[in-house]
Amino acid sequence: MPEPVERTIRLSIGSRYENIELVQAVLDETLASLPLDEDAGYWMGIALREALTNAMKHGNGLDPEKKVEVCLAVDESGIDITVEDRGSGFDPSAVADPLAPDNLLKTEGRGIFYMRKFMDKIDYDFGAGGGTKVRLQKKFGAAGAAVEADQED
Amino acid sequence: MKIDKRQRDGATILDLQGRITIGEGDVALREAVQAAVADGAVNILLNMGRVRSIDSSGVGELVAAYTTVTNRGGKLRLFSLPGRVLGVLQITQLVTVLDILEDEDEAVASLA
Repeated sequence: MPEPVERTIRLSIGSRYENIELVQAVLDETLASLPLDEDAGYWMGIALREALTNAMKHGNGLDPEKKVEVCLAVDESGIDITVEDRGSGFDPSAVADPLAPDNLLKTEGRGIFYMRKFMDKIDYDFGAGGGTKVRLQKKFGAAGAAVEADQED
Repeated sequence: MKIDKRQRDGATILDLQGRITIGEGDVALREAVQAAVADGAVNILLNMGRVRSIDSSGVGELVAAYTTVTNRGGKLRLFSLPGRVLGVLQITQLVTVLDILEDEDEAVASLA
C-alpha cells in the first residue's frame, strides 16, 4: 500500500529574482511525487512565480535583505501555498482589470490575474505589523482547466 | 534566454530560446528588440517556437516590443507559439492585439 503523500515545506528567501528558480525547483520536485499531468504543475508554477515576483518587487522593493517566506503544503487532494513579504500591503480591489480595453497594452498589471486564472482560490491577509500574505490553493484534478476552457473560445 | 538575430526578405527575425521570465529573459528580449531597432530594423518577427515559458513580465515585454516597433511605423509579428505560451496570451486577450502567425513563412508573407 503506497504511503500517503503529505508534505509541508517552508523556505525563507532573499528578494532576488534568481531565488524564484529555487522555489520553482522545490515545487517541481514536490509535485513530481504526485500523479499530476505536466500541464497542471506548469500552471501552478506560473502562479507561484507571479506571487513571488509581487512579493519581491512590490512588497519588498527588491531589497535583498528583506525576506520572502514561502510555505508549500501538499497532499493527495491539492496544494496550499502561502507567500509572505515585508511590505506595506496593498488594496487588491484597486488592482486594474488587465482585460479592460485601455489596459490591454499596458506592460504591467497581469500577475494577479494569472494567479487567479491558474489557481482555484486566492486570499490576501495583511498583518498588523505590515506585510502581505497571499494564499494560493488548488485542488488536484481540475488543474489547467481555466486555460483549456479559454483556448476553446 | 538565448536570442539569435537573422534577416529574411527585409525583416529582422529574432529566434528566441528559453524562458521569457522576470529578471532574465524579459531583459534579454527588451535589449534584443531595442538593439534591432537601433540598427535600423523596421519589421521584426519573433520566432517563439523554442520559448519554454513566459510570465507576466515576459508578456509585458512582448507588449513593450509591439508598442516600440509600431510607434516607429514598423510591424512586429510573433510566430510558432507553443501551446502554453499561446494560452498565456489568450487568457489576457492579447491575441486580439498582437499579430500572431502560424509559422515563419506566414509571418514573412504577412509583411508584403
